[in-house]
Amino acid sequence: MFPPIPNPSVSPDAAVQRFGEKDIMRRSASEVTPPAERLTEVAKLIDVTKCIGCKACQAACLEWNNLHEEIGFNHGVYTNPMDLTPDTFTLMRFTEWVNPETDNLEWLIRKDGCMHCEDPGCLKACPAPGAIVQYSNGIVDFQHENCIGCGYCIKGCPFNIPRISKVDHTAYKCTLCSDRVAVGQGPACQKACPTQAIVFGTKDEMKEWADFRIKDLKSRGFENAGLYDPQGVGGTHVMYVLHHADTPSIYAGLPDNPRISPIVDAWKGVTKYVGLAVMGFAAAAGFLHYVVAGPNKVSEEDEENAERLTEGKAPPPPEPTQGHTQHGSTP
Amino acid sequence: MTAYDQKPETPDDVEAGDAVHPGHPVTVDRYTLGARINHWITATSLVLLALSGMALFTPRLFFLTGLFGGGQWTRAIHPWIGVVLFFSFLILFVRFFRANLPAREDVDWVAHSADLLAGREEKMPEVGKYNAGQKFVFWSMSGLIIVLIASGVVMWDQYFYNLTTIEQKRIAILVHAVAAVCIICVWIIHVYAAIWVKGTIGAMTRGQVTGGWAWRHHRKWLRELVGKGNPRGPHAPAE
Repeated sequence: MFPPIPNPSVSPDAAVQRFGEKDIMRRSASEVTPPAERLTEVAKLIDVTKCIGCKACQAACLEWNNLHEEIGFNHGVYTNPMDLTPDTFTLMRFTEWVNPETDNLEWLIRKDGCMHCEDPGCLKACPAPGAIVQYSNGIVDFQHENCIGCGYCIKGCPFNIPRISKVDHTAYKCTLCSDRVAVGQGPACQKACPTQAIVFGTKDEMKEWADFRIKDLKSRGFENAGLYDPQGVGGTHVMYVLHHADTPSIYAGLPDNPRISPIVDAWKGVTKYVGLAVMGFAAAAGFLHYVVAGPNKVSEEDEENAERLTEGKAPPPPEPTQGHTQHGSTP
Repeated sequence: MTAYDQKPETPDDVEAGDAVHPGHPVTVDRYTLGARINHWITATSLVLLALSGMALFTPRLFFLTGLFGGGQWTRAIHPWIGVVLFFSFLILFVRFFRANLPAREDVDWVAHSADLLAGREEKMPEVGKYNAGQKFVFWSMSGLIIVLIASGVVMWDQYFYNLTTIEQKRIAILVHAVAAVCIICVWIIHVYAAIWVKGTIGAMTRGQVTGGWAWRHHRKWLRELVGKGNPRGPHAPAE
């Protein structure tokens, strides 16, 4: 058993914020100087193989974050609601999977939610300064007062996690209970889990614990058991122990090789710089042309020619005879 | 205008309300009041869209959201301005597309476009109401606005989130950004040409240009107006 996180001291002296503004490593649409010293990286380890699907974590999440999910419908499956919502930061996804090797039905239960990527796609896509921050302990958090509700974070996320609230038009997702972690507690879901399928600690501790779990699983015949800590997003601060780590996608579509979409990279990268350069060049070219070529003015002869034409007097020849009878560009 | 409007052989580039008034100087009606109002609604929308769009395009310009009442307002209002622009331009398109159809002299005009920029306009062919450059602006705007409204709807999450997949939205967002850069460049060309060619802006403000302006820049159009209309009497007012 992983040693549980003790309850916090009730002494006021102990109520010290463990991290905050000074520990912001990345801030959306802003340039920040990362703190000189990085906090110890934290992580939540979700051991899918120990999950009994009780949804205590889901309930604890609603409770701690004071969320009120709408009463839904039974769609004939255990998953409820059917998807993450602005009020459901974490969701038990149930999959009935027939193992082709053993022909056994396996009930795969995965707790879905923000993975707290080391390389967060949501933060990189966000256009609003400070709406998404990443603390040096690895927690990626949304700052609702800065959020403009554009939904770019949804496009940036490789895991399809953020949801925009129809009430306040800002984006919501799991905070890794940053408010609890800040005072030395584990996330609410972890606290509520009756089987230690969810454990929380430093990232190194979690990896160590995962190794122990994987060894155990392998000894029981799950030879593909492994840790899900996808390197395509620089690793995550929510990790899974999977019995079939070779095929993460069987767990309700967990991406096999998540990474920030190259389309998002192109949009936030080359398009932005080339686009601004091209627009700047167009404006500069116009300015330079005006300076060099001067304005294109109508001459006296032009006016006289027009008068002669309208009066029907000796209309000038159709082809220009000298430099004054000209044609030009207009917008 | 009535005199030649009814004639089936009215050239494509002569639009409703186009008329020449002899005098000193000669004045030419180029845009009706309706066309001008239509144009300026479109123009205002385009500028507001560019400002609000750029604010969300790059963090360095995020401060522009202040013009619209903050980030939330900018996000909410930008697509609606797009809807206004789309319908306003649609009407503009119906007004102007016939006069912007390709003509034989366009090829020659494009071939001599370097002469134009260098100030050697005597080498340019006589053109109708719009030259090839103006036609380029017209058709690029038309095409880009279709691309922008289509990609814009795909990324308008507030109302259309469920219609498309996230992958489709990612593509739409990239297409929208690239098309927006293009249309801003076309807009720069459009505005620069209006500033560079003196006497042009009056066409979109008061609706008129001088005869000399028409003679210099759109001689074929001027000849058509003089030939089709009654050159000895003033025409019906522009509207």
